[in-house]
Amino acid sequence: MRRLAPMLLAALAVMAAACEKKTQPTPSGEAGTQAAQGQPAGTGGTPANTETILLGQVGALTGGQATFGISTRNGIELALKEANAAGGVKGKKLAVKVYDNQSKPEEAAQATTRLITQDKVVLILGDVASSNSLAMAEKAQAAGVPMITPSSTNTTVTQKGDYIFRVCFIDPFQGFVMAKFARDELKLGKVAVLQDNKSAYSIDLSDVFTRKFKEMGGTVATTESYSQGDTDYRAQLTAIKKTQPDGIYVPGYYSEVGVIARQAREVGLKVPLMGGDGWDSEKLFELGGSAINGSYFSNHYSPDNPDARVQKFIADYKAAYGGVPDALAALGYDAARVAIEALQRAKDLSGPAVRDAIAQTKDFPGVAGTVTLDEKRNAVKSAVVLKVGDGKTQYVTTISP
Amino acid sequence: MAQLLQHLINGLAAGTIYALVALGYTMVYGVLKLINFAHGDVMMVGVYMGYATAFAMGREARGSLLGIAAVFAVAMLGCALLGFLIERFAYRPLREKPRLTALITAIGISFALSYGFQLDIGFLPGASPRAFPEIIEPTEWLIIGDRDVVVWNWQVISFLIAVGLMVGLQYLVFGTRFGQAMRAVSWDHRVAALMGIPTDRVIALTFMLSSGLAAGAGLLYAIKDTSVSPLMGLYVGLKAFVAAVIGGIGHVPGAVIGALVLGLVEEFVVGYAASSWRDAVAFGFLILVLLVKPGGLFGRVAAEKV
Repeated sequence: MRRLAPMLLAALAVMAAACEKKTQPTPSGEAGTQAAQGQPAGTGGTPANTETILLGQVGALTGGQATFGISTRNGIELALKEANAAGGVKGKKLAVKVYDNQSKPEEAAQATTRLITQDKVVLILGDVASSNSLAMAEKAQAAGVPMITPSSTNTTVTQKGDYIFRVCFIDPFQGFVMAKFARDELKLGKVAVLQDNKSAYSIDLSDVFTRKFKEMGGTVATTESYSQGDTDYRAQLTAIKKTQPDGIYVPGYYSEVGVIARQAREVGLKVPLMGGDGWDSEKLFELGGSAINGSYFSNHYSPDNPDARVQKFIADYKAAYGGVPDALAALGYDAARVAIEALQRAKDLSGPAVRDAIAQTKDFPGVAGTVTLDEKRNAVKSAVVLKVGDGKTQYVTTISP
Repeated sequence: MAQLLQHLINGLAAGTIYALVALGYTMVYGVLKLINFAHGDVMMVGVYMGYATAFAMGREARGSLLGIAAVFAVAMLGCALLGFLIERFAYRPLREKPRLTALITAIGISFALSYGFQLDIGFLPGASPRAFPEIIEPTEWLIIGDRDVVVWNWQVISFLIAVGLMVGLQYLVFGTRFGQAMRAVSWDHRVAALMGIPTDRVIALTFMLSSGLAAGAGLLYAIKDTSVSPLMGLYVGLKAFVAAVIGGIGHVPGAVIGALVLGLVEEFVVGYAASSWRDAVAFGFLILVLLVKPGGLFGRVAAEKV
């Protein structure tokens, strides 16, 4: 007994450690790895003489941004399932290998390296959070493996090199959208900003919002900050309250924003909160409760869109996973479909050939808007503004670039 | 002025909760010279136990006095049991081994709990933070001016509970036979055993006490910040550990004062400087204390027997 107990414990600890690393591999992913093992070594996504084409995804399946990664994974899986049902690409089936980055950039970089050197994927999808994508882009660019981020909106992500693409709009646009909305629609004069100092995404949005809002004649009374993972924001909110703003711009992620909303109401701030696509999660309603009602955020797509293509995606998604897909799921789906279409057009499956094929994407009909990639490898599309109320979002307006 | 007062209240509210967690570190360290790094994660498990109890009771029963008592009782007893199990199966077998072994085991348990609870299978809650049910209906208890300073009922309740638990603990350690036994074990557990003190039982009880206390503190924390997540233990645990070291680890009132100081420092840094400075200032303060007074504010420097 004396020997057994510590050993049992050690085994438990090892198991826990293993669980963080090995994230629920999809059945197709398992098949993919086995197939990919026969491939010759070398970088740059060498063409595979195997039955499957393996894609890689890195996303947050645990940690503070977990719903992002899970939604994206679901969207990608759905796209792959459809493509495989339609015969696959170049006569081969598609599979995806998914790694968890625990919502941390260093894990994201490591997982990317593993996808490139070990799994030899032809293309990488991910991540959602820009800080993670930046870490991944460096590795993908260096290895010459094309990478498409479904929903990283930070400007610098695609500036990492010519192998990095995105199927969403960029942050300056989101900051602009919300500044325009606050001035033109809500007629706000003075606002405060509460940004997440640990997230490139949040800082970028806050900078552009501040600049544009001032250009449009408004004032930004104060800019306060917090760090991802904080749970007590009363000090910042008390400082904000002193400036008596008409609204507060909180370009953070849902897990923090929900709590911020509650505490803002608690310290007596009754003005609307505004944010970006980082708010988009069912969890926002649970964490924010009634305090989040009457707030606005810019987003990539609205499930209210009557378009047949969007509604079919929503129906398929509901059938497969239950629940209405959020924008992250829609963008994951779009990113995977853009990738599949490019693979079909590519003359072979080498890195440069796939890269060129993706770069030529034009007027691609995605569920979250039409995707045309510009020369900076960013998608040019419009954004929607949604209002939060009673556990769901409501479409307010569309703002074009 | 009003803002200063509000920051003071917020800082005290945060500090009292750190204090309760810090007491757990200090007790276990006092008795075993072990820094129980899994303490914060035991707290997290306690919060999830309270969360489950509150949900099982339904909305109506939650706000009642009986409901609150039930949530606290389940979480604290549940955690006491968890503390017992961890001590029995993880630390006791290593008691005669070098101290580093137990420390590493503690870190292992900490990670096993915080990452294990992120899995989404069976009763495990999954990685996303959840809203903690409002078991104490938040009401404004005291309002000065045009909502310039607001004191909430839960702030007063947590403060009173925290002070009550501290006084009780101080009495337990210095006024009871069990406390005497604890102090004897702390002095030298081999000699204490020779004197007829059931050391194993005293140590197990200390762990249960400190874990139950952690659960209580965790619930107050969750009520304060309205959310619960599997990683909360790592974060709060680290802060409380710093508080215990600032106060002089092993020293009961020291842990409390260290925690209050830390809570206030953090609040003022965020309120008047920038939140990104918070952790830097908190840990900077720790280093300063250790440089000037290596035993902490209230601790004595004991020569280490080698």
